[in-house]
Amino acid sequence: MTPIIELQNVSHIYSPGTPFEHAALRNVSLSIAPGEFVGLIGHTGSGKSTLIQHMNGLLKPTEGKVFFGGEDIWKDPKFTRQTRFKVGLVFQYPEYQLFEETVYKDIAFGPKNMGLSEDEIRERVYRAAGFVGIEKENMEKSPFDLSGGQKRRVAIAGVIAMEPDVLILDEPTAGLDPVGRQSILQNIRDYQKAQNAAVIMVSHSMEEIASNVDRLIVMDHGAPAMSGSPEEVFSHAQELVSMGLNVPRVTQVFLQLKKLGADVDSSVFTVEQGAQQLLSMLKGGGRDA
Amino acid sequence: MENQAITVKKLVYTYPNPDGREGIQVFQGLDLSIEQGSFVAVLGHNGCGKSTLAKHFNAILLPLGGSVHVYGMDTLDENLLLAIRQQVGMVFQNPDNQIVSNVVEEDVAFAPENLGVLSDEIRTRVDDALKAVGMYEYRKHAPHLLSGGQKQRIAIAGVIAMQPKCIVLDEPTAMLDPRGRQEVLQTILRLNRESKITVVLITHHMDEAALADRVVAMASGKIVADGTPQQVFSQVELLDNVGLSVPETTQLLYRLRQAGVDVPLSALSVEDCAKVIYDCLQHTPKNRRTSQ
Amino acid sequence: MLKDITLGQYFPGTSVIHKLDPRTKLVWVIVYIIALFLAKWFVSYALVLVVLASIIATSKIHLKVILRGMKPLLLIILLTAFLNLFYSQGDVVAQFWIFKITRQGIRNAIFMMLRITMLVAGTFMLTYTTSPIALTDGLENLLGPLKKLHVPVHELAMMMCIALRFIPTLIEETDKIMSAQKARGADFESGDLIARAKAMVPILVPLFISAFRRADELATAMECRCYHGGEGRTRLNQLRYAGRDYVAYALGLALIALIVVLRTFGL
Repeated sequence: MTPIIELQNVSHIYSPGTPFEHAALRNVSLSIAPGEFVGLIGHTGSGKSTLIQHMNGLLKPTEGKVFFGGEDIWKDPKFTRQTRFKVGLVFQYPEYQLFEETVYKDIAFGPKNMGLSEDEIRERVYRAAGFVGIEKENMEKSPFDLSGGQKRRVAIAGVIAMEPDVLILDEPTAGLDPVGRQSILQNIRDYQKAQNAAVIMVSHSMEEIASNVDRLIVMDHGAPAMSGSPEEVFSHAQELVSMGLNVPRVTQVFLQLKKLGADVDSSVFTVEQGAQQLLSMLKGGGRDA
Repeated sequence: MENQAITVKKLVYTYPNPDGREGIQVFQGLDLSIEQGSFVAVLGHNGCGKSTLAKHFNAILLPLGGSVHVYGMDTLDENLLLAIRQQVGMVFQNPDNQIVSNVVEEDVAFAPENLGVLSDEIRTRVDDALKAVGMYEYRKHAPHLLSGGQKQRIAIAGVIAMQPKCIVLDEPTAMLDPRGRQEVLQTILRLNRESKITVVLITHHMDEAALADRVVAMASGKIVADGTPQQVFSQVELLDNVGLSVPETTQLLYRLRQAGVDVPLSALSVEDCAKVIYDCLQHTPKNRRTSQ
Repeated sequence: MLKDITLGQYFPGTSVIHKLDPRTKLVWVIVYIIALFLAKWFVSYALVLVVLASIIATSKIHLKVILRGMKPLLLIILLTAFLNLFYSQGDVVAQFWIFKITRQGIRNAIFMMLRITMLVAGTFMLTYTTSPIALTDGLENLLGPLKKLHVPVHELAMMMCIALRFIPTLIEETDKIMSAQKARGADFESGDLIARAKAMVPILVPLFISAFRRADELATAMECRCYHGGEGRTRLNQLRYAGRDYVAYALGLALIALIVVLRTFGL
């Protein structure tokens, strides 16, 4: 299968030729499959934000190539712009980018820029609003009258309304309380299923990453340092810690159990998996290895 | 009474409604007192009134009913305004929006300058405050070039330069990455342990609340649980009902308990949690474990 | 791109220029501007340029930084030069269609460019080498006598200080908002003037809202830190003139005198 997004030897240097020169990406090659849910982790300054802005053509690589559906996104300006509609990017704190008089108009901004018909726009706006759970009676309200969590939903709907094949979100749950976090994550999963879209999510919460993604990419010093399933990546707890990252708390408990000498499998990363394993050990005689 | 930092009695507060209609009632008789030198976490989901409560602690908001006393001073007494604010420092969520100067040390000097402290004394206070948060070597830097965690530590230094007895931090880590969060939490802990400053930490992160001596959980303007982190987090159902989730360690123990395994819910830290599970595994008869 | 704007930024340092009392520097900027406007001919411009060059050299601020800061003003500088080039009366040296270039026009254009560039570079030196709070202190102090006329000097100074503090933050924010709207297909580069102006709405609205939110939060944070106006306020760094300041004032006086002399000789 052709990857939906592919980066080949991409490097990006900010302010080249000045004292502020800084390589944010170093020779990055990676690919994202259609429908895949990828988690992107790395501490601040590891190049995550620069990386995701290359995927929808907001930043142009200093070196290397970016492909969308097998085609070079920089081959002509029209295609670059098209890519921005196909690869939706939700920035951090997206609610700070709302600007329209009504929720409806704000969500419609993207589809309008795509040049769609009024009917098509209307349909998409309502579909997008549905995904993130914005009630119909709120559509004609000013987005600024909504609560923080609701504003965030409107902003995400604004990107979903473009119905992108790839949805990239930079810390979509930052600053939300546990209930808000869970429901936004559910919205994202719903969209992924309904559209068979690939999702790339940047997050600092290992717990959130662990229970949502198929694959994890760990960025360090401008390049992917690890890539694999959560089990694989979280089994390298030491390396993650040295990169200023962490493993989920449940995994930490299991690593500690192992240290104490218990015969446990430490590749668990959700509470449910952990409980299952312990219960089968406690009740049903040992771990089937 | 002597060793109470903040005493809130029957607090009533209603947010004024700009349309002139009836406002939104936040508190209807809230009681809370915070002991001098303690580390209290106030926990609650967004909109539960925890930030509104915090703003009563240094007379940014004034009670419409009941009273708030800060080290014996009534916040309604206008003459005591500066004295109250000097005793109770406040740190907010967004570090960018509380830094007034382009130079770190001049920003830290802002509060003592307002208090009319003499120049030499300001210098000592600024240096001490910056050392206390581990940012002394950055004293000549421009704040906008620092990381989020560093900026937040500058904001904390700016508050402790007033030499307050108490600091209230309103979600100080919400906008920070894990490293920044750690930096800020370590700083807060140190100020509490070493300088004996009373800390009120407002948060919705359970892991942060777990660091405190006492956790006060709030929902819709009411206190729903109050006690040590162990006591409060043991009430898993209650916290779930008010939209708060307990730390993963407690969740794991809770799942085990539900399945009939006798483990205490109070083992909060990773080490304690692993320890109780380990003990439990050890007590499982070997023959039962191998026979099936 | 927007991050390259260095306007109003302060570059900490330990040079003599950095150490000068902000009042001295403020007065010097005025002296410098007067000198620049009194300059009549190349000799005078050369003198002011030498002064500027030695200030830049002493301050150890990289020329690159200053040039980079000037980039956004390039258009204005060129535009003024062009207007001078084509709209001056005098001896015609070249002519095409409705445009004619005169000898005076060329001279005016060159002088105008020199004047604006040097003016901007000079004021840059003030903000680059003086921390905003020191600048504010200086201004407040110099304008102090106006307090008697009920001019809110302290408040104005405080406002200026905060404005300078938030310039980099707001620039960063503008960059972010632009990227986010571009990600939703906003197009800032094509279309006629009206279309482009319209395209700014999705940037300006969030920017203003954010600025108001910041202002609100900052005001609360300032109150929490016992801010209550200028009354009874002390300073971390008290303003005190040192020997170097008197030397600077003397040099300033000398510059004006020299320029006036050169002017009377038509140089």
